Amino acid sequence: MSLITYREAMRQAIRDALIRDERVFVMGEDVGHYGGCYAVTLGLLEEFGSERIRDTPLSESTFVGAGIGAALGGMRPIVEVMTVNFSLLALDQIMNNAATLLYMSGGQLNVPLVIRMATGAGRQVAAQHSHSLEGWFAHIPGLRILAPATVEDARGMLWPALNDPDPVLIFEHAMLYNVEGELTDEPAPVDISTAAVRREGSDVTIIAYGGTVRTALGAADQLAGDGIAAEVIDLRCLRPLDTATIVSSVARTHRAVVVDEGWRSGSLSAEVSARITEEVFYDLDAPVARVCSAEVPMPYAKHLEDEAIPQVADVVAAVHQMRS
Amino acid sequence: MTSDEARELMRSVLHPIAPEADLDEVAEGETIQEALDLDSIDFLQFVTGLAEATGLEMPERDYPQLSTVEGCVRYLTSPH
Amino acid sequence: MGDFTMPSLGADMESGKVTHWLVKPGDEVKRGDIVAVVQTEKSEIEVEIFENGTIDELVVPEGGRVPVGAVLAHITTHAPVKAPGARVSPPVPARETGPREGGRPSRQGREEPTVKPTSVHGALVESPLVRHLAERLGVDLGSLSGSGLGGCVTRADVERAASRSTKREARRERGGRPSSSPFARRLADELGVELARISGTGPAGSVIERDVRRAALAAQPEEHEVKVATAEDRQRAMQRAIGALMARSKREVPHYYLSATIDLSVAASWLEQSNLDRPVSDRLVMATLLFSATARAVKRVPEMNGFYVEGTFTPSEAVHLGVAISQRSGGLIAPAIHDADQLGLAELMARVKDLVIRARSGVLRSSEMSDSTITVTNLGDRGVESVFGVIYPPQVALVGFGRVREQPWAEGGVVSVRPCVVATLSGDHRVSDGMRGGRFLSEIERLLQEPEKL
Repeated sequence: MSLITYREAMRQAIRDALIRDERVFVMGEDVGHYGGCYAVTLGLLEEFGSERIRDTPLSESTFVGAGIGAALGGMRPIVEVMTVNFSLLALDQIMNNAATLLYMSGGQLNVPLVIRMATGAGRQVAAQHSHSLEGWFAHIPGLRILAPATVEDARGMLWPALNDPDPVLIFEHAMLYNVEGELTDEPAPVDISTAAVRREGSDVTIIAYGGTVRTALGAADQLAGDGIAAEVIDLRCLRPLDTATIVSSVARTHRAVVVDEGWRSGSLSAEVSARITEEVFYDLDAPVARVCSAEVPMPYAKHLEDEAIPQVADVVAAVHQMRS
Repeated sequence: MTSDEARELMRSVLHPIAPEADLDEVAEGETIQEALDLDSIDFLQFVTGLAEATGLEMPERDYPQLSTVEGCVRYLTSPH
Repeated sequence: MGDFTMPSLGADMESGKVTHWLVKPGDEVKRGDIVAVVQTEKSEIEVEIFENGTIDELVVPEGGRVPVGAVLAHITTHAPVKAPGARVSPPVPARETGPREGGRPSRQGREEPTVKPTSVHGALVESPLVRHLAERLGVDLGSLSGSGLGGCVTRADVERAASRSTKREARRERGGRPSSSPFARRLADELGVELARISGTGPAGSVIERDVRRAALAAQPEEHEVKVATAEDRQRAMQRAIGALMARSKREVPHYYLSATIDLSVAASWLEQSNLDRPVSDRLVMATLLFSATARAVKRVPEMNGFYVEGTFTPSEAVHLGVAISQRSGGLIAPAIHDADQLGLAELMARVKDLVIRARSGVLRSSEMSDSTITVTNLGDRGVESVFGVIYPPQVALVGFGRVREQPWAEGGVVSVRPCVVATLSGDHRVSDGMRGGRFLSEIERLLQEPEKL
């Protein structure tokens, strides 16, 4: 066991993949010489050379398209889009090429592409650079959407994602990179289709993913002090959603709160809420609550940004509200 | 049969039908059915039990006599 | 001296019945205390008093029904409450204003307001703000008792009345059911607690899980103690189960009721004759004939015999007649006599006797407990004239017989005295209606005129 950062865990995962499979290469803005905007690929250019760690021009549409082409050609590219905010420029490539080629080619053309993106708010990078769009991407058939929230998942999700014959998007919440966690010395691959119960409880189920998992766990700690045993579920895989784990938990606790850093309207939390209602309506003691970002473009000022994104206090208040 | 024997017989016949019943609690003039909350089937069983023990025919027209404690005792002790 | 009047608990409420008084003369009350339980068309409502004071006299006794606005009790009010937002009405011209000096009439230790507003609506005049608010919120000012100075209606009173009627309207739109979470509803069903009786502590007064659990515990406090399963416990458990079943039946089954008085003179004389030839152990009772007629009548009106499950009625080919048997320590069970329509009277009698004996000693078979396709209840021996029972779900009918008694009978212009019994039917309106129910009772009557054929 050793204590490493989420960033380090992701770097190890990439390094591991580069070593094990020569078809794997990394491509993106500033991934090589700069070592990556978030320093995830730091040192990899020196270790693996410029054929395998490729700096790209400042054009998401181009290099995501190139990645799709490389995948079609038999490579296993890891395309790094600096943040989800810039993925908007490659949305057509992702949605209309990567996600659809398999279906449009009648099963002939797999796109075994992995796209990694940083996501989320909290660093005062304001309205255009603070989006949480995992929910948008989870809307698209043909894509697998992953949100590693722990060091173990950061280390373990990449390899199975690379081995998936179809496109996989991995969202890394930017506030997680510095978070430390314990990792075994022999990390095993993790599955990329199920949710995980991070904390067991019987009074309410708090459902979170990516950056909000820590918020949910913090809220659970506080609620325990109030005599409320909260169960925390880390969704891990946003598409396909592990509905079974979610509803079996809510069936036991009878109350659910979804913590989603996206805006509530039309968000992933709305999807989770709908599925809960569809499956375990008759077990609900209260409507499914959602704690989401305020419906405003993300503010720049620190105190306003803090107000806008889901905090532990908001989750605790939501739980108390549903029990009052 | 003596009065005491008659009462004893009534008690033992009543017991499986109404275990908590106490003959002594039946007031004079009160019917056994009312006092001990017996329905028509219970009463028939009571009469059947008495008939089997005594060999008497106990026609339906005699039921009114059997409905009070004194009447029943008299019926059982008088020669037939 | 103040009056506590029958409040308006709904826009269409005309009168209410005081089911319980929770205070008595001499009790001190303060604003917000619940002093009575009033029954309206839909439910029982706990009514608060809006004044501080002492109860002088309960004018309407428990059980009394009075119109909205009628005086329910007299109270001696204490110092008027300064409600937030209380408004004393501005002086209206041609009325005395200002504190009265000297000549103050009351010296009885009661407070009188220094400014006495005049009456409009038969109550006290309210400020324009309050009047406008009441108009906007659709609250009838005349129906409110005010908590302000001198009994004035305040803004808070109006808002409170408005929110009460909104909740009630919402409840009415939901069919009068209290708002409750899906899980609470399911739990109430499982625990045999009547949802309508639970007061909810959830958002907007909805009933949630903990309210149901609390109500269930209140109904069975003994659950907490370590119990040895004594006969008493079993008895109580059975009563609870019966209670729960009856509550569910009343909730889910739309009952309709019919009764018919049946002339038993033919049956009674046949019975007497028949019993003359029978030894005691083989004698029949009138109940046997009644049960037999019921079981056979079912064949003519099959909507009385079968099970209603999940929205569908499945008639039963066989007639398994459930016979309600009371147990000596209280409690009622209704085991089945299988194929009761096929049995002769002697056989039926023997089965009934056997069931009674075994029911009282608690040795019944599970098929007897679960197979009844229709149930009959005969309380005649207890002196009851007629009995309108509650259907045992999933059955769809319950037949009741009262006491066989002599009564005058007019026929062909001549009055005679005949032994009669009142036969009743409680029917499930989802499966049958009054026409078919009436047909059924007529058939029972017809069969009882030919007892030799039973």
